[in-house]
Amino acid sequence: MSSNKKYWKSVEELENGSIVEALRNNEFVEAIPTEEFLGNNDAMSSSTSRRDFLKYVGFSTAAATLAACEGPVNKSIPYVLQPEQIIPGVADYYATSVFDGFDFANLLVKTREGRPIKIDNNTIEGAKFSANARIHASILSLYDNMRLKEPKVEGKTSTWSAVDAKIKSSLSDAKAEGGQVVLLTNTLASPSTEKLIAEFIALNPNAKHVIYDAVSSSEALDAFEAVYGERSLVDYDFAKASLIVSVGADFLGDWQGGGYDTGYTQGRVPKNGKMSRHIQLEANMTLSGAAADKRLAMSTANQKQALVQIYNVVTGSSVAVNLDAKFKSEVTKAAQQLKAAGSKGLLVSGIQDKNAQLLVLGVNQVLASESFTTSGARQIRKGSNEKVAQLVKDMKAGSVHTLIMSGVNPVYTLADSATFVEGLKKVKTSVSLSLKEDETALVSTIAAPVPHYLESWGDLSLTKGTYSLTQPTIRPLFNTKQLQDVLMSLNGMSGAYYDYLKASSSAFVSGASWNKVLHDGVNVGVSQSLSGGSADYTAAANALAKSKASAGFELVLYTKTGMGDGQQANNPWLQEFPDPITRVSWDNYVTVSNADAKQLELSNEIVANGGLNGSYANITTADGVKLENVPVIVQPGQAVGTIGLALGYGRKAALKEEMQVGLNAYPLYKGFNDVQSVTFEKAAGEHEFACVQGQKTLMGRGDIIKETTLEIFNTKDAEVWNEVPMVSLNHEEVKATSVDLWDSFDRSTGHHFNLSIDLNACTGCGACVIACHAENNVPVVGKSEIRRSRDMHWLRIDRYYSSEDTFEGDNERKENIAGLSDSLSTFNEMEKAGDNPQVSFQPVMCQHCNHAPCETVCPVAATSHSRQGQNHMAYNRCVGTRYCANNCPYKVRRFNWFLYNKNSEFDYHMNDDLGRMVLNPDVNVRSRGVMEKCSMCIQMTQATILNAKREGRVIVDGEFQTACSNACSNGAMKFGDVNDKESEVTKLSEDERMYHLLEHVGTKPNVIYHVKVRNT
Amino acid sequence: MKKVGNHNSTSRKMFFSLALMLTFSLTSIAQVAAPAAAAEVPVATQGGDPVKGKELFNSNCAACHKLDAKATGPMLRGISAKHDMPWLYKWIHNSADLIKSGDAAAVKVYEANNKVPMTAFPALSEGDIDNIIAYTSEPKAEAPVAAVGGAVAGAPQEGGGVSNSIILGALALVLAMLVVMLFLVNNVLRKVAKANGIEVAPKAATTPIWVAFAKNQFLVLVTSIFLLLAGAYFVYGFLMQIGVDQGYEPIQPIHYSHRIHAGDNEINCKYCHSAARVSKNAGIPSLNVCMNCHKNIAEVAESTATPEYSKAFYDEQIQKLYTAVGWDKSTQSYTGKTQPVKWVRIHNLPDFVYFNHSQHVTVAGIECQTCHGPVETYEIQKQFAPLTMGWCINCHRKTEVKMKGNEYYTKIHEELSKKYGVDKLTAAQMGGLECGKCHY
Repeated sequence: MSSNKKYWKSVEELENGSIVEALRNNEFVEAIPTEEFLGNNDAMSSSTSRRDFLKYVGFSTAAATLAACEGPVNKSIPYVLQPEQIIPGVADYYATSVFDGFDFANLLVKTREGRPIKIDNNTIEGAKFSANARIHASILSLYDNMRLKEPKVEGKTSTWSAVDAKIKSSLSDAKAEGGQVVLLTNTLASPSTEKLIAEFIALNPNAKHVIYDAVSSSEALDAFEAVYGERSLVDYDFAKASLIVSVGADFLGDWQGGGYDTGYTQGRVPKNGKMSRHIQLEANMTLSGAAADKRLAMSTANQKQALVQIYNVVTGSSVAVNLDAKFKSEVTKAAQQLKAAGSKGLLVSGIQDKNAQLLVLGVNQVLASESFTTSGARQIRKGSNEKVAQLVKDMKAGSVHTLIMSGVNPVYTLADSATFVEGLKKVKTSVSLSLKEDETALVSTIAAPVPHYLESWGDLSLTKGTYSLTQPTIRPLFNTKQLQDVLMSLNGMSGAYYDYLKASSSAFVSGASWNKVLHDGVNVGVSQSLSGGSADYTAAANALAKSKASAGFELVLYTKTGMGDGQQANNPWLQEFPDPITRVSWDNYVTVSNADAKQLELSNEIVANGGLNGSYANITTADGVKLENVPVIVQPGQAVGTIGLALGYGRKAALKEEMQVGLNAYPLYKGFNDVQSVTFEKAAGEHEFACVQGQKTLMGRGDIIKETTLEIFNTKDAEVWNEVPMVSLNHEEVKATSVDLWDSFDRSTGHHFNLSIDLNACTGCGACVIACHAENNVPVVGKSEIRRSRDMHWLRIDRYYSSEDTFEGDNERKENIAGLSDSLSTFNEMEKAGDNPQVSFQPVMCQHCNHAPCETVCPVAATSHSRQGQNHMAYNRCVGTRYCANNCPYKVRRFNWFLYNKNSEFDYHMNDDLGRMVLNPDVNVRSRGVMEKCSMCIQMTQATILNAKREGRVIVDGEFQTACSNACSNGAMKFGDVNDKESEVTKLSEDERMYHLLEHVGTKPNVIYHVKVRNT
Repeated sequence: MKKVGNHNSTSRKMFFSLALMLTFSLTSIAQVAAPAAAAEVPVATQGGDPVKGKELFNSNCAACHKLDAKATGPMLRGISAKHDMPWLYKWIHNSADLIKSGDAAAVKVYEANNKVPMTAFPALSEGDIDNIIAYTSEPKAEAPVAAVGGAVAGAPQEGGGVSNSIILGALALVLAMLVVMLFLVNNVLRKVAKANGIEVAPKAATTPIWVAFAKNQFLVLVTSIFLLLAGAYFVYGFLMQIGVDQGYEPIQPIHYSHRIHAGDNEINCKYCHSAARVSKNAGIPSLNVCMNCHKNIAEVAESTATPEYSKAFYDEQIQKLYTAVGWDKSTQSYTGKTQPVKWVRIHNLPDFVYFNHSQHVTVAGIECQTCHGPVETYEIQKQFAPLTMGWCINCHRKTEVKMKGNEYYTKIHEELSKKYGVDKLTAAQMGGLECGKCHY
């Protein structure tokens, strides 16, 4: 059907064909400047034609391809002089201690070929403080490539001798001019350093030492000082308390330094029908609130009144109290219980008010609480708000000549940072001794790099009467010098700080040699309790009762489990660590109660791609400091009228771009008060969160986290509170544990590992999560990947809220659903968490099922079961079908969507020569396209077996460990061999509280859980 | 010394000619005769016995002294010419006393040797010292007999080679002649036939064999299947060899001979590779381990040299070690300038395999040679085993686990032997074939 019709594109074409024709042929209307790139005549006259060129390309590609068939030549370079202690391939452990001004612990550092790769807890007697998530992650901060590597003077790289000379001349100038010399440090808790500082001040009479804690506990220190005449904090012994009343103290978090969880959990596991009871009054939902048996969500203003009310009840005083009516009966009941508990009771408070802290001391004195002891007081916070304020004032007045800063970053952490920077300009010489070229180092005259604690010597007296040593585990990576060495050269002393430390240690050590203390890491001496001081508690109670509730919203600032005060903001492990409560990583946000969110039309929703989105809000303080576009998380359990915001985020200096997340809340931390009166309003826009857990509640599925009350636990049979699920077999209901699709293998020979997790002892602290990262080379994937649910955590800690007031209430509601339509609406409601819900944590890793669903679906047999109970994963065999992950009922398998090492798209520690030094050489680094999961630390169990074989001995209980069970100082995770009938884990596996996750599926896991019992 | 050497050489020549003659009839006699000849050389040593002296020297002095070179202490050949005997007795019995007494010669020696005091040997009698001095006064041996013997031994072998090729050449010649003859005969016959007018019937035009083959479809099919299978077999074989570096024998920065160390000198493997006992890595010994011996061994013996590698070559390798470790031979001290040696790694196990030496060496008691081959014969170290998974698995299937005397195994042996009904258990029965035992 050919047609002879002709079509014109335009009238012009029809009428005046020639012009259009000419234009059509002349595609480029303007002349192409060919001369510009073809002007080079030499190049044009080359004898190589285009064809030749293509030939060369072809040949060279072929040659390169052929050459690539050859294997690479690997070099192996032995030591020239091998150090005596180091055997390549064998790990060495060094006892050390850490205190960075915020976190502290007694540690055991694992080194391989001279590089530290893992942090463990020092379990020797007397080593009392175990590592939290941040300390576990601090090993990666050692290998931070953004650390300050050379000293800098006025922004230019310099030498230490120049730095020393400059400081010395500045000091003599100050002496001549009569200017002030100020040494601004974090709390040091180091006896030898304090001695050095005293010597420095003796040599420079115009010098003074100001201690500055970024997150202050000054009020508690002031109160303790007022009563006992000493600037310390009480080291409470939570293990001895049978009733704990906490008024706004997140003692499982960072309250007064934290580190109380080990003692607390000792009393939380029911023994002989008894466990401690914990009542928490708080505004933000914290770890302590989550663990509490009874939690009252109330604003800080109400907490102050509640504290006075407790004081009234316990001491029989009658100070007028202005407590909200709805809390009155509950608080009075708690106070009466506290009084009844007597010496077994304990009251703690985190209210930043000297009067409140005085009342705590007073109440505990009246109770004669066994947990409250003045001996061995904590030395880990010494900062004084007034002295820091005075310093800023002095600087502004221009009376400070030389300022030497160490371990502090006031430009970032001070609320009034602008005034500080202004004052700094008037200081003649400012020296910032810092790990990084942080905000303060950037504006100081001299930025001097200090070594990481794993490269330094030092001593610590964390509590009175204990003496711990810090020893280097690696040679300094950069041209660094620690504060003590700098002070010694300023004091004109010769030699190294090591010699000074060794010489001065004898004064602090009781009955042990230097070598013994160095080996043990800690030495315990005697500490006398302080003679019972007193103060006018009634006046304090009166003053506290008169404090007024603020108008507007009450902003409660806190520190996050992952980030703390923000020192380690460049640590990708910590950035990716999901907050235990909100399960959000890579972010800082404001938490709002459901009621307030509704009123202000703030919302959170899961969008189509599975990510969590949230509204923005603006926060303005009374004196006009405004924080704009703060992402909002609607937080169940947040007290109405309060909002929560974490410190430690929003840093920019010396941080990789990926880590520059969140907003800096320090400008709101006015007067070192964590409670601020603010106005709070909705802002435009939506924020994209990286949240690893979308679901909030269990929706009545009580078999995932089994909870019961102490009363039921004590009075009823296990069948009632630890019900075995029933399944239908031949139309008859039978116990799920009795039915099996598969023939079981004989598992009685050799070892058979079980991991026991006690939900009663788990506080959700997350130390295990980071320890697992460090041990197993788990990659960091970044915010956008986390948002796509591609997190790589082998071990996650699920957090569930109850929809009703209790989980038991959820279960009942679900049981009482009648009919289909009711079920739809009820489940819809049960999806939402309650306003003051119960919270439970559940660590979930590969359950190592004896009848594993993943194993049967793998087309290439890459995952298989071992006789020892571990589910093996052969990465090199995996082809990445992901069938196993789809068939896993626990969703614990992780897929490598990308190559996460040596890939600039994932610019975290694995894309960095220095950062890769943290990798465990015994564990494979997985490549793209393979599935990975928890191996139950098979490299550790195999190493234990090998050591026993080599020494020709039987393995004793406790030798088998995993990274998570090692990291758990709360006793929540226990690992061992159930074929060893005497082992602790065997007893735990036979315990009445024991259950398996999703028992009705019949997977027969080797991870066991213990029913959570609450003492309501 | 030189004079004595010259004097010696004439007599040696006589003995050598005698020895050479004897070799043709009876080589063994010559070998006895040669040292005997050397021993007969008279040297003024106050009647010491150099044979006993050699024994004493090796057990007492050789740690610090060499005959012909400076080591920790001075070289000792001809020491009797430098010091008189009574002085030597005193020095050897207690050098420190002698130095303290201010003896000029003693102080000089002490200072010339970096002030390293010599161990006192009060147990050596004067007779013993005489013997040692007699040994040190022996002239330096030259022209090793071994070389002569080697040359002689080589001759008959060469002869064998020649005769073989001659026979083969002759046979080839005969064959060629036969072919030529056949051609000639054929030609002659053809000419005769032509002359006689006999027509040679031309061959009927038959189909060439390859055309016939191409036409037979069945044959083509069978052949192509055969070719494809054969091709696949070889391709498979080739592909399976990728990444398998059996026989990998890279050139190393220092020519280190296991033959000399583990073979000739019978040094235990685990003396140098001590980490193999306790670690996953056997470890390349650090250079300070080499210096345990090489501080005193600056050159190899003449007999160490082979036709392929001369003594000078080996000495150069030792010098490379000294350069790397920063050892100054002349002053017998470390300079502190080191250059780590970049060895080429021979056994490259992939990253996804966990292998532990101590498990195999200490626990299982497996000889190093089982996996690494007859290392003591290797001049250049090479990869003996294929290091493939099949190779590992085969061994785990066959090898019985050494359980006796190891308490760890008591319980599991009892349980497993009951289960399998056998007394001896293989690594596989112990669970040694499970994926996760090596891959994590």
